[in-house]
Formats: sequence, structure tokens, C-alpha cells
Amino acid sequence: MSVVPGQPDRIRTLLSRHRPRYGEPIFRGLVGLASLTVVALIAGLILVIAQQSLTGIAHNGLAFLGGSDWDPVHQVFQALPFIYGTVFTAGTALVLAMLIGVGVAIFLVDLAPAWLARPVGLMVEMLAAIPSVVYGLWGIFVLAPWLRDFVEVPLHDTLGFLPFFSGNPIGIGNLAAVVVLTIMVLPTVAVVSRDVLAAVPISQREAALALGATRWETIRIGVLPYARSGIVGAGILGLARGVGETMAVTMVIGNAPVISLSLFSQGYTMASVIANEFSEATTNLYRSSLLEIGLLLLMVTLLINAVARLLIWRVAYGSTSRSVLA
Amino acid sequence: MSAPAGFPAGPIGGRNIRRRRATDRLMRGLLGLAALLAIVPLVLVLAFVLIQGLPALNLALITQSPVPAGFPGGGVAPAVVGTLIMVGLGTLIGTPVAVLAGIYIREYAGGRGATAIRFLVDVLAGVPTITIGLFAYGLIVVPSGSFSGLAGAVALAIIIVPIVARITDEMLGLVPGSVREAAYALGIPPWRAIVRVVLPAAGAGIVTGILLGVARIAGETAPLIFTALGNDTVSTSLGEPMDALPLRIWVYASGPYDSWHAQAWAASLVLVLLVLAFSLLTRFILRRRARSRM
Repeated sequence: MSVVPGQPDRIRTLLSRHRPRYGEPIFRGLVGLASLTVVALIAGLILVIAQQSLTGIAHNGLAFLGGSDWDPVHQVFQALPFIYGTVFTAGTALVLAMLIGVGVAIFLVDLAPAWLARPVGLMVEMLAAIPSVVYGLWGIFVLAPWLRDFVEVPLHDTLGFLPFFSGNPIGIGNLAAVVVLTIMVLPTVAVVSRDVLAAVPISQREAALALGATRWETIRIGVLPYARSGIVGAGILGLARGVGETMAVTMVIGNAPVISLSLFSQGYTMASVIANEFSEATTNLYRSSLLEIGLLLLMVTLLINAVARLLIWRVAYGSTSRSVLA
Repeated sequence: MSAPAGFPAGPIGGRNIRRRRATDRLMRGLLGLAALLAIVPLVLVLAFVLIQGLPALNLALITQSPVPAGFPGGGVAPAVVGTLIMVGLGTLIGTPVAVLAGIYIREYAGGRGATAIRFLVDVLAGVPTITIGLFAYGLIVVPSGSFSGLAGAVALAIIIVPIVARITDEMLGLVPGSVREAAYALGIPPWRAIVRVVLPAAGAGIVTGILLGVARIAGETAPLIFTALGNDTVSTSLGEPMDALPLRIWVYASGPYDSWHAQAWAASLVLVLLVLAFSLLTRFILRRRARSRM
């Protein structure tokens, strides 16, 4: 309470008339609560899914991770075929997406003139905007038949003795899943790599050029080593996206719990078995086992994401918001 | 300045300039090829959606309910209605939480706290959407004993939160500190300065971020499978199973009937146009905004 009379006090009362003093703590509490909700969501995800999969965990035991039998009728639930399918498709897709995606990023940052970099960059970002289910539809009716006729049959006829190209080429299978996943992981890798490369100081390039390096040598010795950990982060982020991708893969992979090296074989992934079998899961145990796969998927992707963000932040702090958009 | 990382001790790339030039040309060609390879799928997908979807696109598609399997005609009206309701409700639930969280990160959390929450928000953004569907299943469907539009909307709300929170955070960061100081100088407490001055200044950017989030959740299928489930008749009740465009596309694409496939393409065309229009619009606004603030 002010005891000094006069103008300053009147101004103070005027100013304070519309705002109770507890406005600040209330607002602060409100926004604090909101961000706490975000943090609580991550904990809640883990807790709720873990609680729902308890029945499965108790029944399936450790064989869940190591066995390859998935036989709902006889209540045998072992997830190895799905883990294998996820690792096989996401891993192969990541290698391809890294080759193309990092290439695109270098092209956009260091080679392309602005009039070309802008639209090409936008088109790569648009790849991420197309819904997964639309890629799946395209995969079933356009990509799979094309792959069968122009890739799988020729490969089978010439290199069919290799384990990768054995079996019946029918289009739907691991290869189609790998191609669709590559397309979907590509924008993540390309956009994050682009931001990381753009964050490399221009002096790195000037130094190499001043020593007489060609454009490619400048990139190879001046730019890429500096951006290495960020590009690795981009790749890991792409891996997380590939591992969690559901619809497009479910639609083209054939959904059979087979462990096979062949690109022509049908397969199954962790995400697609949940999407595909959840509505058929009539028993509690079956449903709980699918949720157990979901729990495994969640923990793996949380870990992959955390590592990726940390690596990217080391190079280009704050740039991951772009990958949230992509 | 320290020595640049990665530089070799000897002459760069050896002394054979002809070979070095050839390598340079080859690598530049390969990098250009990578860029070409990256945009080919986009062109192909868009072209096929347009070519296959356009013939089946008509008013009946969005005004009529599905007819029994295999019969010609009918439409995907339940999916259109369901998508509008669930995306709308999901946005309404998720956006306020996200904007408030974004405000906390940028205006209150301070250096280390802000970094920690940003990290968690980014991690949440990377969680597979199918597991978010499982979460909503365990949280709402199991206790209530029924698949419902509400559960679908909650799943979509969780997906939109990290997107909008991070954009709010970024957009608030573009508002110059002098704007806040001017408000403080007038004796306005921080929270009112944020609500009345800073937030309106960042308003357009935040709105475009919300649109981007809407575009994203409108295309989500996986989180709706075990929450909204799908429905053959138009339903506006949040307590009952509800259809959605992506769900319907999935069902029709996996089915054996030509009429289903045609409608799946047409529904995809609607979805893609919607999503691309939203994304392009927001990107242009965001880009212009970021530039004018720099």
C-alpha cells in the first residue's frame, strides 16, 4: 500500500484496475501446466500401453523377443518375424534414402542456383505431406505391378540363384515395401541434412576453394566432415520414421510372418501387424500381445528419436523444428 | 579461428588436375541425379491420383453413403463427415494446449528448461502415430467399452500438439524483444504483454502452423483404426464408431471390387488436394514471415 498521495499513485491505481495481481501467477501456472501435459503425454503413452500389454507379457515371456512362431489360434505369440521385417525394410530403405537424400541436400545447398533450389526443395518437402495411405494405394495399384514386370522378373531370371532374388516375383512384398519406405523416409533425411549443411560456416568452403579444390572436393573435405554428426542424426531420424511407418507398408508388404532374405518374399512389420490384425484379435491375450508389440515399437522409436535429436542439435541447434514439419 | 575440420595435410585431391575435374563432373552429375530421383515419386503419385481419381470424382462421392459391397454407385459421405468432425475436434482440443505450451517454452522456461522441453516435444513428434492410437485405445476405448469418434479425435489431438507447440515457440521467437520491452515500459505485466502484444504479433505464423497441423492429422489412418474404427452410415455421435477418409481409402484399396478402387482413388484425390493446398499455403506464409522478420 502506497502512503504517498498524488499523481503517481493515481496512475498506479489506473494501471492496476484491470489486472488483479494474481494474473501473472495464474497465467504462468496455465502455460506451465500445458507444457507439463506434453511431458506427461510421453509418460502416459508408455504407462497406458504397458498396462494394456501386461497380459501378453506375462503369458509370452522372453520367447516373445526370440521366437518366430506367430500362431494366434494356438495362443503362441512370438514377435521375431515382425522385428526382422521392420529391421530389414526400414534398414534397407534407410540406406537408399541416405544415398539419395544426402545427395539432394548437397545439391540444394551447394550446387543448385536459387531458382532451382527453391522449387526442388519445396517438392521434396511435399513428399512428406502426402498421406501414408495414398502412398499405399499407389503402391498396390501402380508400383507393385510395375516392380513385378520390370524389376523382379528380370532379376529373378538373371540372378535368381542369389538368396535376395529367390522365390516368386509377384510385386507385393519386401521390395515394394522398401521402395515405398524409401520415398517416405527421403524427405526427412533430405530436409534435415539440408538444414545441417546450410549451418556449415561459409569459411569452411572458402578455405577449401582458396586451396584450389574443385566444387566436389570442397564439399568432400570442407563441408561433409563438419556436418557429419548432423547428417548421421538426420539418418537416425529417418530410421525412426521408417520404423514407425504403418499404412503404406501394411498395404504393400503382403502381411505374412515370414523371415526371409528375399526381396520378393512377403513380410510383416511390427507396425503393420498391429494395424492389420487388431480388429481380428478376439481374445484378450491376442489383443494384449499386439499391444506388447506396440510397446516394443514405442520404446525403440523413443530411443532412436532421442539419439537423433541430440546428434542434430550438436550441429544445428533448433533446426529440428523443420523436421517436425516435414 | 581454429583450423577447418577435415582438411588434408598434403595438396588437395592430388596433382592430376584432369582426373580431379572428371571426378568433379561425375559427382556433380550424380548429385543432380539424386535430386531428380527425389522428385520423380512426387510427380508419379500426384499424376496417378489425378488420372485415376478425377473420373470417379462427383457429387455423389461426398453426399451418399456406401452401398453394399460390389454394387456400383454410392459414396463416402460418412468418411467426409467423420473426418471433418474428428479433425475439427482434435484441433480444438490439441491447439490450446499446444499454443500455451509453446508460450511457456519461449517466454517462461528459460535456457535449460526450454531446451529440455523442446527436446521432449520433438521426441513426441517422432512417436509412431499407430502407438498414439494404441494409447487412445487404452485410455478411452477400453474404459468406455466402445470404439468412438471421441477416441479418434483425442488421438488426433495428441498428434497435433507437438507440431503446433514447436511452431508457436518458433514464431514467438521471431517477435523482437523490443516489442516486449515497450509493453513493460507502459507498466503492463509480462502475462498481459504476451497475451495482448506478443501473441497477436506472432498470430499469423501460429495460425499457419495450426493449418499445417490440420493438414497432417487429416491424412492420418493408423491412429484411427482402433479408436474410430470406421462406420458405413453417417454418424455424428461422438460416442459411436466414426468413419474417416483415410480409413475408407485403406478399406477400399484392400478390397476386391473395381468400384471400391475407383472411389479410393477419388477419395485420395480429395485428401491430397486438401493436404497439399494447406501445406503449400502455410509454407509460403511462413517463409515470407520469417524473411520479413529477419
